[in-house]
Amino acid sequence: MKTAALPDERGRFGAFGGRFVPETLVPALDELEQAWREARADPAFQAELDELLRRYAGRETPVSEAPRMSADVGGCRVLLKREDLCHTGSHKLNNTLGQILLARRMGKKRIIAETGAGQHGVATATAAALFGLPCEVYQGAVDVERQALNVFRMQLLSARVIPVTSGSATLKDAMNEALRDWVTNVRDTHYIIGSVAGPHPYPAMVRTFQSVIGREARRQVLELAGRLPDAVVACVGGGSNAMGIFSAFVDDAHVDLVAAEAAGLGLSTAKHGASLAKGTPGVLHGSRSYVLQDGHGQIQEAHSISAGLDYPGVGPELSYLKDQGRLTLLPQTDAEALDAFQYLARMEGIIPALESAHAVSAARKVARDAGPGGLVLVNVSGRGDKDVEQVRKMLEAAPPPRRTRARPARPAKKAKANARPRAAARKGGRR
Amino acid sequence: MSPRTARKPRAAAAPAAAERPDRITAAFERCRAERRAALVTYVMGGDPDLATARDMALACVEGGADLVELGVPFSDPIADGPTIQAAAQRALGAGTTLEDVLGIAAAVRARSQVPIALMGYLNPMLAGGVERLVRGCADAGVDALIIPDLLPEEAEVLAPAAAEAGVKLVYLLAPTSNPARVEAAVRAATGFLYFVSVTGVTGARHAVADEIAPLVSAVRSRTELPVVIGFGVATPEQARALGPLADGVVVGSAIVKRIAEGGSRRARAERVKRFVRSLGRALGR
Repeated sequence: MKTAALPDERGRFGAFGGRFVPETLVPALDELEQAWREARADPAFQAELDELLRRYAGRETPVSEAPRMSADVGGCRVLLKREDLCHTGSHKLNNTLGQILLARRMGKKRIIAETGAGQHGVATATAAALFGLPCEVYQGAVDVERQALNVFRMQLLSARVIPVTSGSATLKDAMNEALRDWVTNVRDTHYIIGSVAGPHPYPAMVRTFQSVIGREARRQVLELAGRLPDAVVACVGGGSNAMGIFSAFVDDAHVDLVAAEAAGLGLSTAKHGASLAKGTPGVLHGSRSYVLQDGHGQIQEAHSISAGLDYPGVGPELSYLKDQGRLTLLPQTDAEALDAFQYLARMEGIIPALESAHAVSAARKVARDAGPGGLVLVNVSGRGDKDVEQVRKMLEAAPPPRRTRARPARPAKKAKANARPRAAARKGGRR
Repeated sequence: MSPRTARKPRAAAAPAAAERPDRITAAFERCRAERRAALVTYVMGGDPDLATARDMALACVEGGADLVELGVPFSDPIADGPTIQAAAQRALGAGTTLEDVLGIAAAVRARSQVPIALMGYLNPMLAGGVERLVRGCADAGVDALIIPDLLPEEAEVLAPAAAEAGVKLVYLLAPTSNPARVEAAVRAATGFLYFVSVTGVTGARHAVADEIAPLVSAVRSRTELPVVIGFGVATPEQARALGPLADGVVVGSAIVKRIAEGGSRRARAERVKRFVRSLGRALGR
């Protein structure tokens, strides 16, 4: 099962992937695929991208020991891949720098993107600013509100942020709107998709641009520990940071690949974003993959405390890996992610993105199970600055009990009736 | 609700699926004999509710539509502009399913032999399985499927079952389609081809005849199948300008807008019928 050999020439990962888009876009997808193929074989392109990643993005990012977390979970050695230290604060820039070079190669005059939490939007706006290309970013109106800081950052970078009010007004709707824009302006516009989702060649191309995470991490872990990790843990919304780090370990059958999806208020509720764990195969945003849908094929609204995981689909390659039995699915609730957000700050002095906090939370469990002698690698895909204000509001609404152990809190007896995030946390925490 | 006279006095009963007449070919041949483009009208199934949508589809038939498209609502319609997006939301809000839209088709079929095409996205179409879809179409008297996110190269999920059930698969072509794409669509399509007149989503705008004339004629020179022009045709004047270029002209969002203007079912039906008549006259009906 050499994943590097996938997808096939039609963009299929087994039963997943492909191209399910309006005809208008096909020539643009062909053009992109061609440009990407040529660029991969062009040493000058690779050299320019490597240089940008090194001198502009700040690669390579380190792998850090997490000694206090290791002690706390019972002695399993925990290593953190620090994508939060990448310029703009997340792994997203790896992909947007690669795609902006392709856009320039294709002579495109305008850049569009979609964003959930704003990490991809900021990374796209950054790359567009660097190359002087006008940039418009679609973001769900709900996310525009809860990620105000990133909206302002995008605007500083001279991108135009377009709030999307249709549907659930979150990431999936932003992607619909970006696709509509692309269908309309396809001749001079490049759409920088931020995840390993969308029609072929995006899933393979974005994975390839993000595979720098895995290549670095594999070498760094071997240097630090002298062996491969027992498990690699990453959060999964669309799945770009996960595929980025998993890609270097997918052929090592003894390395457990752990996908921390958003369990939201709990997998027994309708309020989650766990497409791999709870979805069924379907077609959304141009490819066939696991999606959250009802029996009539209507896409269901996802929910997560983190805007970046609030997505009812997932990259087709992850769907393939799931069906191959290659993934361990360990969805984490909003409450667990919120707890892990504070935990990593307290234990290691690192404030992770709420997305990444899902991975940290799952890693605590994996590491506790592994025990002394275990070795767990966690992808800290982004930093939490963008989420600090949201978390502050949630915690002020209902301060959590002090604790350092992972046990879910017992519901506070006198919780205020209006403390919604806390109520949500209780529901999730009980599961 | 009240029984209405069908456009042409024909037998109303739907024939058995095995010996289905080729209503699509017949309709285009008739239009060709009348030396005019066919009028294709679009109504979103279930917008704003099932009974109204059925009356609107019947109003299109009474107004003189040569082919009726029924939209199957989807939560994430990436090829549609705001008007049809909103119609899909209203239909879904009313709980509309694929089976419900097939029910509307059956109601139209009970009164008319007008060809019917379902237009919608792949995911809801296939949610109940391919077999169920094509059998449902055959039973309801649906003649064709138009699926904007199904390309010829991905069609094997559906094409064999559709062929067996006698349901045609219509593919879309766009101004960006190169000759290889045109060739692929022409080879795969049955029934007719759907030329998207603009690079963009559905919705009223100015489709410029001068720009698309050479593109459409290039497609027509490669196929015997009828070619219809859709997306962005909103007025009788536009229909009149585009009609001579093609075998048919599709009007969608402009009808959906007239339905959304509100009023009683009867008032909406009258409004739609009047508008469809004006479009038909513009095409020389």
